[in-house]
Amino acid sequence: MTLFDIMGPIMVGPSSSHTAGAERIGLITRRLLGEPPVSARLLLHGSFAATGKGHGTDRALVAGLLGLAPDDPDLPRSFALAKEAGMEVAVDTVTLRGAHPNTVVLQVAGAGGRSMEVNASSLGGGRVRVNAIDGLEASFTGDHPTLIIRNEDRPGAVAEVSAALSRRQVNIAAMQLYRNMRGGLAVMVIESDQPIWGAAVDELRGLPGIVSVTYLEMEEAE
Amino acid sequence: MFTSVEDLLKAAAGRPLWRAVLEDDLRDRDVTEEHSLAQMEKLWQAMKAAVADYDPARRSASGLTGGAAALVEGGESGLCPPFLRAVIATALRTGECNACMRRIVAAPTAGASGVLPAVLIPLQARDGLEDVQMVQALYVAAAFGQVIASRASISGAEGGCQAEVGSASGMAAAALVSLKGGTPEQMAHACALALSNTLGLVCDPVAGLVEVPCVSRNVMGAVNALSCAEMALCGVPSAIPCDEVIDAMRAVGDALPASLRETGAGGLAATPTGRQVARQMAGQ
Repeated sequence: MTLFDIMGPIMVGPSSSHTAGAERIGLITRRLLGEPPVSARLLLHGSFAATGKGHGTDRALVAGLLGLAPDDPDLPRSFALAKEAGMEVAVDTVTLRGAHPNTVVLQVAGAGGRSMEVNASSLGGGRVRVNAIDGLEASFTGDHPTLIIRNEDRPGAVAEVSAALSRRQVNIAAMQLYRNMRGGLAVMVIESDQPIWGAAVDELRGLPGIVSVTYLEMEEAE
Repeated sequence: MFTSVEDLLKAAAGRPLWRAVLEDDLRDRDVTEEHSLAQMEKLWQAMKAAVADYDPARRSASGLTGGAAALVEGGESGLCPPFLRAVIATALRTGECNACMRRIVAAPTAGASGVLPAVLIPLQARDGLEDVQMVQALYVAAAFGQVIASRASISGAEGGCQAEVGSASGMAAAALVSLKGGTPEQMAHACALALSNTLGLVCDPVAGLVEVPCVSRNVMGAVNALSCAEMALCGVPSAIPCDEVIDAMRAVGDALPASLRETGAGGLAATPTGRQVARQMAGQ
C-alpha cells in the first residue's frame, strides 16, 4: 500500500469502492479485451446490486469500458456516450456464491469479434481485483504489468514461459497457477515489476501448448 | 511504508516528519522527489478545485443532498466564529460535490473526502500559507493514514465510519499540528485523540448511499480534528499511545455487526424514514 493509495485518487464521486473501483474494473476489462467493446452485459452482485444505482456503479463500469478516466467529469453521462459510440449496454443483477459484496460479472464483445467474461471485485479505496476470466480462476489487481496465459496443462509449460521471460530480462514479481482439471486448461498469472515488451508477449504466444496470452498494463494517468 | 506511528516518529528524528514520509515514498515506489511532490501538489489543487466547483443548485441522484454549504455560508446564527463556519461550509461543499458525482479527492476515501479540505483550505486562506506547506501537510496526513490502513482499516465496509471519517479526522489533526509547527509527538497525540473520539462510529448510510449521514459526518470529522490539534498543540497528550488507539480501532471494527458496516441495514438506514428513502430509490 503506497502513500498515494491513502491520499487519492482524484475521482468522480460518490464512492471510491462503488464508483472509482467500478470504473477501474470497466477499464481493466476493456484492456483485457484488447479492443473497444460493442456490447456489454453488466451482472451486479451483492452491494453493487443493492446500492449500485445510487452510487452510479453502472455508469462507472460503462465509463471504464469506454476508456474514460476515473476523474473524467463525463462519467455520469456514460450511458449516453455509449450510445453515441455504438456500444449496447444491458444491466442485470446476479447472486454469486461466496463472492465479495462488491462484485460484478462483465460479459463483453469487441468490435473485432472477440468476447470475454470478467468477474471482478472492488475492495475499497478504489482498489480492485479480477477474480476470474471466462469462468477460469485468475486473481490479480492490475497494479503491476500482468500476463494472463492460458495453456494446455502438461509438464514443462511453466518452465518454458519463465525461461522465455528470463531471456527477455523480465523479472517476475508474482506468479500464480490455476487449472480447471488435470490435463485440461491451465491459467498462469504473472505479475512483473516493469512493463513487458510486445516482442516478449509475441514470443510467449508462439510457444507450444500456449492457447492464449493476454497482457494488461494500466499506465496511470499522472 | 509505515506500519506504526512509533516507527514514523523514529524516522522523523532530526528532520521534519513530512520529509521522512516523502523519502520513504521515494524508496517505496522508486520515483524522483519531483515526481512525488508534483503528484501530491496535483491532489492539493484538485481538493481546492472541488470546493471552488461547488454549485448550490446541484442535487444528488436521491435528491437528499445539495445546497447545505450555501445555507451555512448565507446563514448568520451568531454562534460560530468565521473560521469555524468556513470549516463547516468547506466540509459540506466537498461532501455535496462528492454525492453529486463531481470530481473530488479520496482522502482517504470518497465518503470522507471533505475532512482534510475542510480544515486545510480555510487555514491556508486565513494564515496566508503557501501551497508548498499545504502539500507537506498532506504527506503528514497520508503517513498517519498509512499506519491506520495497515493496522486497522480505512474502509467503512470493514471498520465502520470510524475507519473513514475517523481516519480522515486523525490524519487531518496530525496535518494541522504539522502546519502550526508542532512536534511529531504532538502530531501523534492529535491523531490519537481524534481517533479516540470517533471510536465505534458506525457506517449506516441511508439507502446505502454516500449522503446521509456521511456529508454531515465530514463536518464532525473536521471540527474534531481542529479541537484535537488544538489540544495537542497546547500540550494535552493522549493517555493511550497512537498505535494502541489504532489497534483498538481495529478490534472495535471487527466487533461491529455487519448491519453497521456500510450495508445500509442498520442505524439511520434502518429508521422508518431511512427505509422509505431506500424503497423510493429501488423503485426508480
